Formats: sequence, C-alpha cells, structure tokens
Amino acid sequence: MAYFLQQLINGVALGMVYGLIAIGYSMVYGIIGMINFAHGEIYMIGAFVSIIAFTLLGMLGISWAPLALVLVLIVAILVTSLYGWTVERIAYRPLRGSFRLAPLISAIGMSIFLQTYVQIAQGAKIKPLQPVVTGGFVFTDPTGFTVTISWIQILIIVLTLVLMAGFTWVITRTPLGRAQRACQQDLKMAALCGVDVDRTISTTFVIGAALAAVAGLMATLYYGVIDFFIGFLAGVKAFTAAVLGGIGSIPGAMLGGLVLGLAEAFWSGYFSIEYKDVAAFTILVVVLIFLPTGILGKPEIEKV
Amino acid sequence: MLEVENVVARYGAIEALKGVSIRVGAGEIVTIIGANGAGKSTLLMTICGDPRAASGRIRFDGREITRMATYDIVRLGIAQAPEGRRIFPRMTVLENLMMGAVPSGGAYFAEDVERVFTLFPRLRERQNQRGGTLSGGEQQMLCIGRALMARPRLLLMDEPSLGIAPILVRQIFEAIVALNRERGLPILLVEQNAYQALKIAHRGYVLASGRVVMQGTGRELLADPEIRAAYLEGGH
Repeated sequence: MAYFLQQLINGVALGMVYGLIAIGYSMVYGIIGMINFAHGEIYMIGAFVSIIAFTLLGMLGISWAPLALVLVLIVAILVTSLYGWTVERIAYRPLRGSFRLAPLISAIGMSIFLQTYVQIAQGAKIKPLQPVVTGGFVFTDPTGFTVTISWIQILIIVLTLVLMAGFTWVITRTPLGRAQRACQQDLKMAALCGVDVDRTISTTFVIGAALAAVAGLMATLYYGVIDFFIGFLAGVKAFTAAVLGGIGSIPGAMLGGLVLGLAEAFWSGYFSIEYKDVAAFTILVVVLIFLPTGILGKPEIEKV
Repeated sequence: MLEVENVVARYGAIEALKGVSIRVGAGEIVTIIGANGAGKSTLLMTICGDPRAASGRIRFDGREITRMATYDIVRLGIAQAPEGRRIFPRMTVLENLMMGAVPSGGAYFAEDVERVFTLFPRLRERQNQRGGTLSGGEQQMLCIGRALMARPRLLLMDEPSLGIAPILVRQIFEAIVALNRERGLPILLVEQNAYQALKIAHRGYVLASGRVVMQGTGRELLADPEIRAAYLEGGH
C-alpha cells in the first residue's frame, strides 16, 4: 500500500510537469492547427533560465529559498515567454497562409536551432543545481515501508493546481479567454468580430511558453540536473500527453499528462525503469486505437 | 458610405471578382443577386479584407480600407453576418453575442443585448445554450444579432434566408427592413432569394462570373424580363 502510494505521488508530480508543457502544444494546435515542435526547447530554455537565475541570485547573496524561488519563477516566466513570442514572430507568422507543412518544417528548424544555440552558449555538459528545496514529509506504515512527499513535489502539485485554476478562469471568464476560444473555433469569424487574431496568436504562444517555463523550473528543482537536450524527450512526452488527452483540449492536456506520468511511475515502480518510455508510448497507441481523438478530444466534424 | 471600385479578388489562381464596382449610400438597402459561384460572398469578404483585393479600391466613409487588416476594418463599423452563419459552436448564445460586441468594446452590452432579444425573442430563451445546438433559423438570428452587437454603421449580410423555414425567412426579412427604417442602418444584402431581396432593396446589382452585369433600383430589376427569366422563375 505504502509503495503504491509512493508511486502515485511520484506519478502525479511528474504528470503535472508533462501537463504544463502539454498545454502549450494543445493551445497552439487548437488555434492555428500546427504542432509547435520547438515547444520542448522552450521548456529547456525555461530550465536554463532558472539555473542561471539561481546562480545570479546566489552571487547577489539572496539565499532564502522562498524569495529565491519567487524571483526565479518570475524571471523564468518573463524570459521564456519572450522566447516563445519571438519564435512565433520570426518562424511561424511569416508562413501563415502558406502551405500546411511549411510552419511544421520551420518548427523543426527552430527546435534544432534553439538546442544548438544553448549547447554553444551554455556548453554541452550537464548542469547541476545545488538543492534549493530539501526535505519533506515522511510517513512510515506499520509494516515498515515509508512514503515520502518531498517539498518539491508539494510545490509542483500546488503550483500547478493554482496555475490551472487561474488559467481556467482566464479562458472561461475574461475577454482575452473568449477571444482565445473564438479564434480556436473559427479564426476567420473571430477576425470578422474585430478580434486582433495576430495578437491573440502571439498571446497563445506567450501563455504556452510561460507554462513551459514553470515546468522547466520545476523539473530543474526536481531532478537537480539539466542539459541542452532535455527538451527533446520532455517535448515528445508532453506532445504525447496532449494527443492522449485530445489535442486542442486544455483539460485534456493536463489529464493526458497525468495519465502519462502515472503510467511511467507505476511501470518504473512495479516492472522495470528501463522500459518506462515503452509503457508510456504503448498507452498512447492503445488509447488512439480505441479513442482516435484522445480522451477528451472532439471529433473534427461539427454540426453545421 | 461604401464605394467599391474595380475590385479584383483571387483565391489562389481563381479570379473570383474581375473588376467589380458597387456603391452603398447612407440609409440604403442594396442587394446583390446572382447564381452560385458568381462571386457574391467573395465580394462581401473582400470588403472585409479577407481575401484582400488584388487591385482596385475600397473606401468606407471616404477612407481607404483596401489594404487594412480584417479586424481593423471591422472596428471602423462594418459588421458581417457571413455565409454559413459561422456561429461559434462551443460558445453559448450569450458568449456569441459578447464576441459580436468586441468592436464596440462591450460598453453598451446590456442595452444592446436587450435590443437583440427584443428583435429575436427566441434567442432570449436560448441564451445559455451552446451555439452549435441551435436550429438553422436560430443560428441565423444569432448571426444577425451578433453582427448588430458591434453597433455597425454598415451591415453586410450573406444569404440570411438560406436553409431556414419559410416562416422564419419572412421574419428575418421583416427584421432587416425594420433595422434599416428605424436606425437608418445601411445594409448590403447578398441573396439567392432574389424576389424577396429585390422587394425590400432600394437598389440592386446582378453579379455573374465575377462581374456586375446589371444594376438598377429594386423595382426596375424586379420588372426586368431577363432577370425574371434568370433569377425569379418559380422563386418566391
């Protein structure tokens, strides 16, 4: 039981990181119908900005963890959002209205560019982060097994829940969210309603990048090491999560992330850690066979 | 009010408008009739900048709008109830109306929603229902209501009678006339139902293969034997 609980906690924390990244894929797909393959790199940049910011704060002598975390979070979100915005501006917007595969190719190029750029600018070596947040709660059950919830896991879960609540409020209740949904449902009509579609698309990239920055910071704290290549696997996993949940659906992205995180954690815990990725992608294949549009996805055809 | 001068528009290689000139004056209902594929809907969309005119000029209130972005044109006061109605399917009726109010900044929202609900009482009953679940007639009302929420100074309507029950067609045409008379709203109306459209229009243009082939007052066009033969036979 204790062991099960431990995997559950690990899986939820991991799943939320995937979910945060997956939202960026899903939102962008929903609004302009392209897969932003550079999104994993945006997450990686979020992680690098976090490490750099921690180092700078350390040099300035700010070492009180809560303050450092808040500052790093703000810096990571701002800088990473700027990257997200810029990528859209220079690599995708000029190709809008071009043939469907053009922005996709551009996205792959952007992904390689960002990876290489970080590799050159920051070096190819693994970057460690001194533990910022340590400790947690340890419970021991009568049989002697222990369950640990680290502060980092609590931070990941709470922060993600808060972000999701805020994000849901923005999407469902504010003019910005309405414009967002309108663009997602009918871009042409949204323009005919006077919505500045270009700005709405930019905002989508910024929001996606901000969430990926949070995920990058969380992953850095959680694993303690990063390198320029982490965006690839995280990106593929998060993309899988988005497809699993139903691409275009925001709750779906979060749900897909959780399913994937739990699958990985349980597979690693009960079978073998080497095959956890096989398990994750097997779930994707099985779900797509039975639910081609994902768990919460909507069929492409609407009632007209 | 609106002047379209020699406008050419293309969809890829297809030239949908081959030099069209029309004019809508203040307080006028102007209709454009013509067969399927004549370029009627393209003309309305080109006025809104999507697609942009490849050549020619479009002026609204003396201001050139030919090269402007769609949302900027719309914010000048041109609202469109487009072909196929294009209701946001996963938004409620009220949210659809909120989208319509984007150009007016939502400042008069309560007042304008009330006016739309008075014009189309059915929408009040359905206000919390999703757009995609409405019937065709209800969607058409919502489509017109949404356009009115913008407080437009010019209303473009594309086939408001398409695919809805005859009794609703009459109700919608009555609403169009009322909007024009009571608020002096100029309306550019594209219709396949040429008889109904010409009856309420001050003036009309006949479009064929991307060109204006005839124009005149509503009454003149209604009486024209060629038009009777081509567009009115059997149609009431």
